[in-house]
Amino acid sequence: MHMMKADVMVDIHARNNHIAEHVHEHLAEHKIFAVNIMGAPGTGKTTTLENLLKHLDIPGYVIEGDIESDIDTERLRSQNIAASQINTFGACHLDAPLVHNAIHALQFDKPGILFIENVGNLVCPAEFSIGEDIKLLQVSVTDGSDKPYKYPLAFEKADIIVLNKIDLLPYVDFDEAFFMEGIRHLNKKAPVFKVSGKTGEGFAEAAAWIKQRARF
Amino acid sequence: MHEYPVTVQIVDIASETAKKNNGRVRRIDLVVGEDSGFIGESIQMYFDVVAEGTPCEGAQLFIECVKPQLRCEKCGKHFERKRFSFQCPYCCGDGEPTTIGKEFYVKSVELEVEDQ
Repeated sequence: MHMMKADVMVDIHARNNHIAEHVHEHLAEHKIFAVNIMGAPGTGKTTTLENLLKHLDIPGYVIEGDIESDIDTERLRSQNIAASQINTFGACHLDAPLVHNAIHALQFDKPGILFIENVGNLVCPAEFSIGEDIKLLQVSVTDGSDKPYKYPLAFEKADIIVLNKIDLLPYVDFDEAFFMEGIRHLNKKAPVFKVSGKTGEGFAEAAAWIKQRARF
Repeated sequence: MHEYPVTVQIVDIASETAKKNNGRVRRIDLVVGEDSGFIGESIQMYFDVVAEGTPCEGAQLFIECVKPQLRCEKCGKHFERKRFSFQCPYCCGDGEPTTIGKEFYVKSVELEVEDQ
């Protein structure tokens, strides 16, 4: 019996990333552009994807990630949007194996856009690749302007940031300059679109940016 | 809950190395950046339970923590961020995120191997 030391140097996300690559390849084969929607609970992620789909005149598909329930999926299906539900039963984020199972349950008849709504959480979803083309981070003015400073990774990794509930700006103490300054230190590339799920303002511009990025 | 699945990955990675070398894992050295999103203490808590019945059972887990650092866009120096600030303490320039502090990997394992 003897002891030996083995250098490993293996990323703990390696297996997840490998499956994420497979998901991405599968979606690319079907000409599907995938958007991972991240944000805290109640920030309006489902409302945003509904509004974006209205402005994107391309086929839309949705995977809903929630700890429990299929409330959002039923809401989307009632609008004739092809939606599939993932329930994580306690897990705080979606990972690539979960999304892998869900995409194989969806029929991608035509090229289009797939919105994958992550579990409502501003922390963990940013740590896991799920095979997406871009990450959309949604924040709302009621969340507070300090969020880039408190949850930097989500802002650092975002490709597009959507600031929702701007119709409530007159009623909340949201320091927009402080918010934007935090974002610009973490992420110089991501555009920030100001929207209102209540009035529909701002979604046309956000949808146009996504459409251009997806090259549809 | 959050650290449980990644602890399973850690045990899998170390167990594969043990199987390749026909040995049992005695020690795992893990590197965890403070901005990786994972807490060393939580991984430590799950480790013994997850390792049970695997080649990692009874092994010790050593975690090297890494403090996140920003890089100043003006003077290029690295520094630790203060709360609600990105300012460089050397020249007052703006700091931008780096990969330092986001590490999350198994560095090495020590194995007990049968003599041939």
